[in-house]
Amino acid sequence: MLGRSIHPGAALLLAPLLVFLGLAYGIPFLGVVKWSVTLPEPGLGQYGALLTDPLVQSVFVRTFRICALVTVASVAAAYAIAYVWVRGTPGQRLAAEYCILVPFWISVLTRAFGWVALLSNQGLINTWLRATGILSEPLMLVRNEFGVVVGMTHFLIPFAVFPIASAMRSLDERVLLAARGMGAGRTRIFWSIFVPMTMPGVIGSALIVFVFALGFFVTPAILGGGRSVMVAELVYLRIFQSPDWGLGAAISITLVVIVGLLSAALFRYLKPAQMAG
Amino acid sequence: MSGYRPGPVALLAALAVAVFLLMPLLAVVPVSFTPARMLSMPTGALSLRHYRSLVEDPRWLASILLSLRVGIVSSTLATLLALAFGLGIWMFRPRFAAALVGFVLLPMIVPPVVSAITIYFLLTSLSGFAGAIGYDTWPGVVLAHVVVTVPFAVVLILVALSQVDRRIDLAARGLGASTWERATKVIIPNIRFGIATAWLLSFVLSWEEIGVTLFITSVNAITLPRLMWMGLRDNIDPAIAAISVILILITVTVLTARIVYRRARGRT
Repeated sequence: MLGRSIHPGAALLLAPLLVFLGLAYGIPFLGVVKWSVTLPEPGLGQYGALLTDPLVQSVFVRTFRICALVTVASVAAAYAIAYVWVRGTPGQRLAAEYCILVPFWISVLTRAFGWVALLSNQGLINTWLRATGILSEPLMLVRNEFGVVVGMTHFLIPFAVFPIASAMRSLDERVLLAARGMGAGRTRIFWSIFVPMTMPGVIGSALIVFVFALGFFVTPAILGGGRSVMVAELVYLRIFQSPDWGLGAAISITLVVIVGLLSAALFRYLKPAQMAG
Repeated sequence: MSGYRPGPVALLAALAVAVFLLMPLLAVVPVSFTPARMLSMPTGALSLRHYRSLVEDPRWLASILLSLRVGIVSSTLATLLALAFGLGIWMFRPRFAAALVGFVLLPMIVPPVVSAITIYFLLTSLSGFAGAIGYDTWPGVVLAHVVVTVPFAVVLILVALSQVDRRIDLAARGLGASTWERATKVIIPNIRFGIATAWLLSFVLSWEEIGVTLFITSVNAITLPRLMWMGLRDNIDPAIAAISVILILITVTVLTARIVYRRARGRT
């Protein structure tokens, strides 16, 4: 690869990171691929198990279902707050910026813990519901899919906001003025002009959120309490609890392939959009 | 500016989202003052015992110090590697630049759990002949954190470089500057904010990293997120609420400082 045409300075600058990642990431990744086809015995047995094992299948189905729900919820929420962040008064913008960036910078563990503090049996909501006499038994809000969806949506909203906000910012102001000049009301402008013109941002953000959500580990593990296992947690369990490294590796490789295909779709989608814009 | 502002319905929807976003962060505050030993709302008396246990319990202190050390070392290494790589791409525009950048960004795109099992494979293999940087050691954690944070540093440095005016580099070259002089006297001073941001982001990502760290540590190298994870999985320890409140306060302070600084710069 490094032919004669390449300047020695270039090789010297580029090589450290490339060599480091090749050794610390590329080769071990091939090792994981090897695990998936050699453990416990050589062959594609583990990939066959992926297709037939009802437990693995139920985890994949649950993962896709949760990811779909989370994508819809977080993109819709992100659109609402991005709209105020981009088009609000300066005060509204600042408030929206805090609401987006503070959670964004706070660790996933703290955020998951916050939901535990709110939703668990001794948490804020259940304590309040019992104190006011609305309920006598605590409501089951975590250790199930509901808790996972809430926690993941919360985590992903800021990530969903950025592509949508950038689509909203690049919208040509004059189009809105023209619509108003021709007598369109606020609601009409929003639904027939603003929303369709920011759709590329919405689709980009949905793809990003979905890809992110697929590999989620920490939030489902804490808020699902082992009852609502998603793919990433299944990998963890197969490596550390019921050691079946081959299956854990095969699931990982499958996940990479799915994410790779979705990312390719994302790039395909973004490229023409950028050229047009 | 424009008269086209969000109407009452849009503001109400955004307010609902804002409440949803802030709610879990605010919920942590009362829990951190509970006098009980388990997760509960304080009833009556407030207590600082969970804040005290952060400084008095050697486990919390040790994990905070370890996270600081890992964060500083790994973000420094990640920034240096990313800087060299970014300079190489920018100054020489090699033929396969896009492919090289794509390769380097892989750990950012691949799901964290896959990076985790990959690095688990690496460190357990290293344990065989280089135990000091193997599984469950702090240099091993540094190695892992460099892998997962370096793509973010590369992105920030490439963005910073894309804003450098190539003509100043051409001028330096025309005046006879060597590659080394162009890099250190012309380009690096122009992207120093980008380098600082890359370091800071790498540090924050390392400080918070749990997905990969969980796979590669067990009893010796317990970083702060790892300890929080242990406290969350078993019996929920309210000390997590106390450390969370502190982390939230730091975040809000830094963000506010940034906003104030940006405004001050924008005005002058």
